[in-house]
Amino acid sequence: MDSQTLEVTKSFAHGVHPPESKETTRELPIRRFPFAPLVMVPLSQHIGAPAKPLVRQGQEVVRGEIIASAGGFVSVPMHAPATGTVKKIALAPNSAGAMVQTIFIEPFPGSSQQVARGFLQERTLDTPDAIIEAVQDSGMVGLGGAAFPTHVKLRVPEGKSVHTLIINGVECEPYLTTDHRVMLEQKTEIFKGIGLLMKATGAKKAIIGIEANKPDAISALAKAVPADLNVTVEGVKVKYPQGAEKMLIKALLNMEVPSGGLPFDIGVVVSNVATAAEIGQLAPFGQGMVERVITITGPGVKKPGNYMIPMGTPLRFVLDYVGLTDDASSVIFGGPMMGQSISNLDIPITKGVSGILILTEGTQGNLNKPEYACIKCGHCLEACPIFLNPSRLGMLAKKGLYENMADSFHLMDCFECGSCSFICPSNIPLVHYFRISKGILREKKAKS
Amino acid sequence: MSLQLKITTSPHIKTPLGTQKIMQHVFFALLPVAAWSVYVFGLSTLFLLVVTTLTCALTENVLCRWSKKPSTLSDYSALITGLLLGLTLPPGFPLWMAALGAAMAIILGKAIFGGLGHNPFNPALVGRAFLQAAFPVAITTWSPPLLAERFSTFFSSTWAVPFMKPSFDAMSSATPLGAWKFDGLTTDTVDLFFGTTGGSAGETSALLILIAGIYLASRKMLDWKIPVSILLTVLVFSSILYFIDSNAYPSPGFMLFSGGCMIGAVFMATDMVSSPVTPTGVWLYGILIGSLIVIIRIWGGLPEGVMYSILLGNACAPIFSRLTQPKVFGAVKGGAK
Repeated sequence: MDSQTLEVTKSFAHGVHPPESKETTRELPIRRFPFAPLVMVPLSQHIGAPAKPLVRQGQEVVRGEIIASAGGFVSVPMHAPATGTVKKIALAPNSAGAMVQTIFIEPFPGSSQQVARGFLQERTLDTPDAIIEAVQDSGMVGLGGAAFPTHVKLRVPEGKSVHTLIINGVECEPYLTTDHRVMLEQKTEIFKGIGLLMKATGAKKAIIGIEANKPDAISALAKAVPADLNVTVEGVKVKYPQGAEKMLIKALLNMEVPSGGLPFDIGVVVSNVATAAEIGQLAPFGQGMVERVITITGPGVKKPGNYMIPMGTPLRFVLDYVGLTDDASSVIFGGPMMGQSISNLDIPITKGVSGILILTEGTQGNLNKPEYACIKCGHCLEACPIFLNPSRLGMLAKKGLYENMADSFHLMDCFECGSCSFICPSNIPLVHYFRISKGILREKKAKS
Repeated sequence: MSLQLKITTSPHIKTPLGTQKIMQHVFFALLPVAAWSVYVFGLSTLFLLVVTTLTCALTENVLCRWSKKPSTLSDYSALITGLLLGLTLPPGFPLWMAALGAAMAIILGKAIFGGLGHNPFNPALVGRAFLQAAFPVAITTWSPPLLAERFSTFFSSTWAVPFMKPSFDAMSSATPLGAWKFDGLTTDTVDLFFGTTGGSAGETSALLILIAGIYLASRKMLDWKIPVSILLTVLVFSSILYFIDSNAYPSPGFMLFSGGCMIGAVFMATDMVSSPVTPTGVWLYGILIGSLIVIIRIWGGLPEGVMYSILLGNACAPIFSRLTQPKVFGAVKGGAK
C-alpha cells in the first residue's frame, strides 16, 4: 500500500488515520447495474424544498424525462431513471426512516439504459446565470454525500467574488472509491464541468485536490488538463477528514474559513469531483441526472465493485444483486466515518448515496465494546480538525448543559466528522452527543 | 434475505486502541521495573508489591460489590495503582502498612470521587501521601540494595506486627538524595541510571523506566509531552543552579536519575485522568512539576519532593486545562461570535 502513496506535504492540523480499506474496489472499473422491476423516485432526496410531481398514475415516461419540477430555488427537479409506467405516487420510507412522497415507476422489460435522443437539446451556456439554470435543471446535488443542490453553491452572493474553485477529489472516507474511479474514467467530463463551474463562479483558477493514496488519478488528471483551462492538480496527505471543505481549503490555500462562515467569505467555492463530471456531462445538453456511481464494498459483500446505479433502485434489489455474506451485520449509506446506518432495506438509492458499505461483526474496532468513563487522555483534542475540546463537550452534554457547550466551547463549529468518537479509547459516542445537543439547541431556538 | 440489521450512529468504525488496552499495557510496562526492584532488594520487595497490588484489586472489588456495580477490575486501573504504590515505598516497608495504604489509595484516591475517570489526584500518590503522614519513620527507612541474603531472608521490618512499633534493621541505608541533602554526598550517576542504589522499590532503575516510557509513548498510551516537559525542566533548572555553584548544588544527572524523578515523570504524572487534557496545558503542568521537584529537593525540608510536586500538579491540572482551551479553527478575531 505504501508504494502506492505519493510523498506530499499539503494537509491540515490534527485528524485521524482510520484504516483505508480501499484495496477491494479501487482497481475495479465502473460497471452498469440492471434495472429493478420497480424504481422509486422520492421527491425529496436533497436538502431544501421537495420537488413537485409533473406526472400522474398510469402515465408512460421515458428515461431522462423530467417527472417533477424544482420546488423553489433551493430545490432540484427529478428525472425518470427508466422508461416505463408510473405505477403510483405515494408515501414511501427514505433512508432516515421518514415517509416522503415518491414516484413509483415500473420499467418496461428490456428498456434501454441509453438516454433517449429526443430529449437532448444543446444549451447556450455563456453567462453564469445560464449555467446555474442548466445545473439546476439537470437536478444536480452534491455527490459527495451532503446532497445540497449544486446550483445554490454556484450563485456568488452580492459583494463577494470568487478567486479559486476547488475540486474535491480527496475521498477520505475509508472503503469508498467512487470518486477515484470517476477521476480515472471520466476525465473529459470532469474538465468540461470545471470549465462551466469556473465560468459560473468567475473563478480565475481551479485546483483539483486528491489524496496521495490515488497517484494514478493524480497523474491521469494532471496529464489531461486542457490547454485553455487554468487548472492544477495537487496531492494532499492521506488523513481523515481531509475531504471536508474547510480542511481541503486549508491544505491547498492555507486559508481558514471563518467560524460560522462559508467558503464564499474567503473567495472560494468547493465542488466534489463527481459532481463536476456529472455537470460536464449533463448541463451542456439539458439532460437530467438519472444514475450515479456508487461503491458497494465492505467485508459483508460477495461482489464488491463500483457500480453505475439508476436512481430509485430499491436497496433490497441492489443487495440481492451483489450478494451478502452470512455474517453481514450492518448496512451503511456513505462511508464508515460519516455514513448513515440503514434500518430498512425497502428504500431507494438516491442522489446523495456515494457508497453502500456492508460491515460484519468484528470489523468495527471497539464499536461494540463497553463504554468507559472519560480518562481525559486528550486523544480527541488532538484529533479534532477544528480544535474543539470534545472531552469537555462530552461531559457537558451528559449533564445537559447545552447552552454552555455552544457559548463557551464552540459546539456549533463541530461539523460532525466523527474523528473524536473514532479515536476515543473509552468508546464514548462523542459526536452522537454533539448531534443531539445541537438538535436540542435548534429546537429551543425555534420555540423561543 | 434474513438480515438482522444493526443500527449504529456514525462513525461506524472505531480505533482498536481502548482504555482497557492502554491500562493493560501500562501495567505490563511496569512489570520489568518491578522485576528489577525484586532483583535488587529481594523477597521483601516481591511480597510488598504483591500485597499492594492485591489489596488495591480487592478493595476495588469490594467497593464495586458494595455499590452493586459490575466489577471494574478488568480495566486494570486498580492493579496499576497497587503496583505503582508498592514501587514508591521503601523495599522493607511493613506489609500491613502497605496494605492499609493500598486500600486508602483506592478509597480516598479514587472511589470517593466516583471511580476511574473522576479522580483529581493520582490514586497511588494519595495512598503514599497517607502513609507518609501516618508512618513517617517507616516510610523514610531505606534498606540497602543487593544484599547477599536478599532472596532467602526478609528485612525484619517487612513482617512487623500491626500497631506495634516496628523494629528496623540496623543495616538501614541512606538514599542518594538523603545522602546528598543531609551529608553532602553524591552518588555516581551510572549507578543511579542502572538502579543499583538505595531508595524506594521502583525508583531505582532510570534505564528500565525510560525504556518502558518510550514503548508506551510510541504506542500512544502515554503522553510523551509530560515526561519530556518534566525532565527538561529539571534538567534546565538544575543545570542553571549547577552552573552557578557546582559545590552547593548537585549535578543535573544526579537530579534526573535519583529518587522518584524518573518513575514520577514517566508513570505517575502521566496518569491521564489527573493530568490536563489540553496539549498546551500539559506543557505547563510538566514545567510546574519539574520546577517543584527541584525547589523541594534543594530548598525544602524533605530530601525528595516528587510526590508532592505531582500532587500539586494534579491540583492545578483543571485550571491549566481551562486556561489553555485550544484556539478554534477559523475563529474570528475579537472573541467567539
